[in-house]
Amino acid sequence: MNTSLLWLIPTLPFAGFLINGTIGRKLPRALVATIALLFTAAPAFIVAQLWIFMKSAGAPLALTVTSRPWIAVTGFQVNFAFAVDHLTLIMLGVVTGVGFLIHIYSVGYMAHEEGYWRFFAFLNLFMFFMLVLVLASSFLLLFVGWEGVGLASYLLIGFYFTRDSAANAGKKAFIVNRIGDFGFLLAMFLLVAHFGTLNFSGIFSRISATPLSGGFLTAIALLLVLGAAGKSAQIPLYIWLPDAMEGPTPVSALIHAATMVTAGIYMVARCHVLFDHSPFALTVVACIGAATALMAATIGMVQNDIKRVLAYSTVSQLGYMFMACGIGAYSAGIFHLMTHAFFKALLFLAAGSVIHALSGEQDMRHMGGLWRKIPITFWTMTAAVFAISGIWPFSGFFSKDEILYQTFISPSPLAKLLWLVGLLTAGLTAFYMFRLWFKTFFGESRSNENAHEEHLAAVHAGKSSTLTLEAEPDSAHAHGVHESPLVMTIPLILLAILSIIGGWVGIPAALGGHNEFAHFLDPVFANAAAPAVEAASHGLEITLAAVSLLTAVLGIFFAWLFYYRKPGTAAELARKFQPVYSLLDHKYWVDEIYGRFIITPLLGFSRIILSGLVDAGIVQGTGAGLAATTRGGGWLVRRIQSGNIRSYAGWLAVGAAAVIAIVLFGHNALPH
Amino acid sequence: MNLDHIILTLILLAPLVGAAVLALMPESEGSPDGSKRHAIGALLVTLITLGLTLHLPAHFHYGAEPHTFQFVQNIPWIASPAIRYHLGVDGLSMWLIVLAAFLAPIGVLASWNTINTRTRLFYTLFLLQQVAMLGIFVALDLFLYYGFWELSLVPMTLLIAAFGRTENRRRAAIKFFLYAFIPSAILLVAILWLYNLTGTFDLPILQALAASHAIAATPTALLLCSLAFLVAFAVKVPVFPLHGWLQEAVSEAPTAAVMVLAGKLGLYSILRFSFGIFPEQSRHVAPVLIALGAIGILYGSLIALIKSDLKKLAAFSTLSHVSFVILGIFTFTVLGVDGGVFQILNESLIGAAFFILLGLLYERYGTYDMRDYGGLATRHPWMVTMFVITVLAAAGLPMLSGFVGEFLILSGSMQAVAAHHVLWTVIGASGVIFGASYLLWMIQRVFYGSVGMRPEEVPGWDLTAREHLELWPLTALFLIMGIASPFWIRAIDTYGTITADKPSLFEPTGLKHSETETYSKILSQDVLSGTAAHQEVR
Repeated sequence: MNTSLLWLIPTLPFAGFLINGTIGRKLPRALVATIALLFTAAPAFIVAQLWIFMKSAGAPLALTVTSRPWIAVTGFQVNFAFAVDHLTLIMLGVVTGVGFLIHIYSVGYMAHEEGYWRFFAFLNLFMFFMLVLVLASSFLLLFVGWEGVGLASYLLIGFYFTRDSAANAGKKAFIVNRIGDFGFLLAMFLLVAHFGTLNFSGIFSRISATPLSGGFLTAIALLLVLGAAGKSAQIPLYIWLPDAMEGPTPVSALIHAATMVTAGIYMVARCHVLFDHSPFALTVVACIGAATALMAATIGMVQNDIKRVLAYSTVSQLGYMFMACGIGAYSAGIFHLMTHAFFKALLFLAAGSVIHALSGEQDMRHMGGLWRKIPITFWTMTAAVFAISGIWPFSGFFSKDEILYQTFISPSPLAKLLWLVGLLTAGLTAFYMFRLWFKTFFGESRSNENAHEEHLAAVHAGKSSTLTLEAEPDSAHAHGVHESPLVMTIPLILLAILSIIGGWVGIPAALGGHNEFAHFLDPVFANAAAPAVEAASHGLEITLAAVSLLTAVLGIFFAWLFYYRKPGTAAELARKFQPVYSLLDHKYWVDEIYGRFIITPLLGFSRIILSGLVDAGIVQGTGAGLAATTRGGGWLVRRIQSGNIRSYAGWLAVGAAAVIAIVLFGHNALPH
Repeated sequence: MNLDHIILTLILLAPLVGAAVLALMPESEGSPDGSKRHAIGALLVTLITLGLTLHLPAHFHYGAEPHTFQFVQNIPWIASPAIRYHLGVDGLSMWLIVLAAFLAPIGVLASWNTINTRTRLFYTLFLLQQVAMLGIFVALDLFLYYGFWELSLVPMTLLIAAFGRTENRRRAAIKFFLYAFIPSAILLVAILWLYNLTGTFDLPILQALAASHAIAATPTALLLCSLAFLVAFAVKVPVFPLHGWLQEAVSEAPTAAVMVLAGKLGLYSILRFSFGIFPEQSRHVAPVLIALGAIGILYGSLIALIKSDLKKLAAFSTLSHVSFVILGIFTFTVLGVDGGVFQILNESLIGAAFFILLGLLYERYGTYDMRDYGGLATRHPWMVTMFVITVLAAAGLPMLSGFVGEFLILSGSMQAVAAHHVLWTVIGASGVIFGASYLLWMIQRVFYGSVGMRPEEVPGWDLTAREHLELWPLTALFLIMGIASPFWIRAIDTYGTITADKPSLFEPTGLKHSETETYSKILSQDVLSGTAAHQEVR
């Protein structure tokens, strides 16, 4: 295997971005799509080659390629260098495979959109950065991908930039991610100051060789957690992801469900050596994950926008993966990352197909009874709903079960509590997913032609309109509900197959499998503080699996009861428990709290204290003028009017004297 | 022909002669075909100058002895006082010279349509400003340097006063002049005092004297003298809180002038003269300057967040970016100094692109008030592309130039030995959040959403060929400098290594002695191998 092929994996999508980004505007749509697909298929093909190579090589895989330096100063250097190990290989497979399928789907979904070329250029740009992220062999190069996918996400969320809500959502995503990046950057500065390098191999081998004082590593680990919380939408930075649904649905599937948002989990797993040396940081990760999983699931129960339900479900599932990493079960976390990529991408694409069928409708209150009208969408989505709810033998069952089981037997003092939260979340997940399923596909159709038309008019008038821009109904589409074209349904079918069988690579020994997935990752996580699997009994594992399955069935039962059997029940409950419902409906008021207690005070501080008082008043030397005019006092005004120059000179002298005084006298007062 | 010994003089002469020729050419208002003759002349002159400066990187000798200068021309000028015509270049100044020459033709293009009265005055002053800047970068005699330093103030003041945008221009010009001139007067006193003490204006000699502690003065006197230097430079940068002149000058100055208004001259002077002649005093005040740098980053971006006037926003954005350089260079670490110098280049290029783009908006819609804009993206697809690239470079997105500088600076400040360096690094790093915030908010308010008031009244057009020509070199450089930084840092590093302190390890508390030793061993090996690899690259 020629390792220099590794360079092609990210650079091909980049080439696609450059071509479509510069001349795509003038190219016919078919050509734009062909270019984008080709430059995504080729890396997928190379990754397939890598898999075959790895199978034939047999030995643990570790390929590296290095090129010229990116940054080089005396004593510090970072090269452009990629490394492939088993973890990277899985990520590569998920990113290129799911990515390619979503590209195909987009050809159909975006067919009627303005800015077709722009969409595919950005999508390829995203692939480039995401592949750099998983291939990077150093923190700094990982950060390139990390920020780059954030950029692509910003551009794609704001794809319909004439819509204020979309532009806002894009900006919010970028800035909230920047808060996480701030932590990531500080962690890197500490690493550079301490190790003089940012290469994974260099840093991790040194940490393993000479364990440092826990405090220092904990600081780095916690800063990295902040970064991961931003990218993977965990508490307290998850607020951008639901808003990111403003982007086109394929973007939500690719970036905000299957790949980019899992970067935080990948990063924690990649840095597991560091985290293993800081039990405190791991505990923080586990608690953040569990809390996020539960909180997002509760919000998901009351959302009415089909994409928002899926968004909160993504946040919740990411919390699951975080929790897995936090108890040291990295391979379980990555396993769930993979199965989640399959079924969540499918859920979004199927939801997109529903929206497409209903000419832009996203509100589940206006759906219903669709299962006969769009059978392929219905059956594929059903597979995904069963998978995410953790029903045997769908993929989600195995990965979720692995996480719950590993949590239960983890030596952490919080193990049982975390397990209970995970179990509860599993039940809630089954509930809200089947709520979505029943409301969308069963019962009476709540979108008869007339009501639908009226609603369309209302949507048109409303600010949150997606209709005018997304899935514009053309003449053929305007009449009646219709199944999506083949170019959209084929990816759905393939993803549905993966959602069913994707978990079978990780069937635990207790259920008669070999857990090949975990063994595959053993070379990467060999030293991880994973709980000793052998120690636990198969009986316990089967019992736990049964319990979680039962919980899921219970969730499904309630969903069936509330939304199929007695459709009025939910509304009644909402009335009865109005405060709770309101709290959930308003997403715990978190956005409002951030706005009230962080953003508004900060802007006020900038405006009044910094800009008004300090800058205009003192630094710019017009403070005297301001005071004089407000008071209307005599001599000051005359002085200002006649002697601006003198006042500047005076203020300047005062400023300079202050600096000199600080330097001369104040400086010694500072501790060294 | 070996140009090495006269190239710097040629670089200075080209714009000087050009300015003289333009001044003699008659004003040509009214005649439509001749009205551009001064602009064309200035473009030619600046392109020739740029061509000449490219000689420097082409023939730069990277293996030269530390502390030596290249392309030196050293002729006695006046016997008493001993003033010499001493020019030279090292790793610090080389790319700055090319940068100044590179921005000049772009500045001319940016003025092409906006300046259509008194073109003779404008382009003559513009070229004189160019002479002064290039002179500052190459002069190695303090007296000669001071001449160029003062020269740099006059054309700029006149450009603001004569070509300012609003009625407020004279006030802004006077403010700028006073802010620059008063500290310069103190600088002159300090230079003369130093001459009295040592009998020389020659920088290399003064540097050697300082290094061997041979300047016969009390520590306090030297510290005061160093502060006179530093304050003069710091006002010009400007360092927080000496930036009182910046907002109005930026608001008023025409695009070509505002591109070179802040940053590089003051920063270069600190690196060359404050660090060169007063190495110990500079380290003494470093903790204060590090603090001011970090505060400046945060302060600038917080105020930019609430400005709705694009030029004022740009002024505080500039403050924030030059503060990064201050933070970096005063860490006295290789990373910080290298990153700081590299960031001077980035900041100038990004600032230039930013101001050009703002100028284009103003040319079309006649306002800098963001509240009047909105929804321009559909109308100007190329302009929004350029804006977004520039903004991303300014916000420090990896693979664009701004990131490399900011990363090195903050890594350096984390390694610094100054008091509270971790705190200041954290504060400086918070700039990545607020920087992105005000920049993206600006993009949104100008380009996204529904079409604003002003664009509805006034039809606008996308970039013209000339405007493409102004912006493409800059944006291309953002990308190239972002991925191939060693090409530039290689020269800068020759300066950084001799200026910075020996690398010291950041030691976490609670680290056992033996562990520290192991670390140092590993680190030194790593540094060695790093250096070896680095040399291979060369």
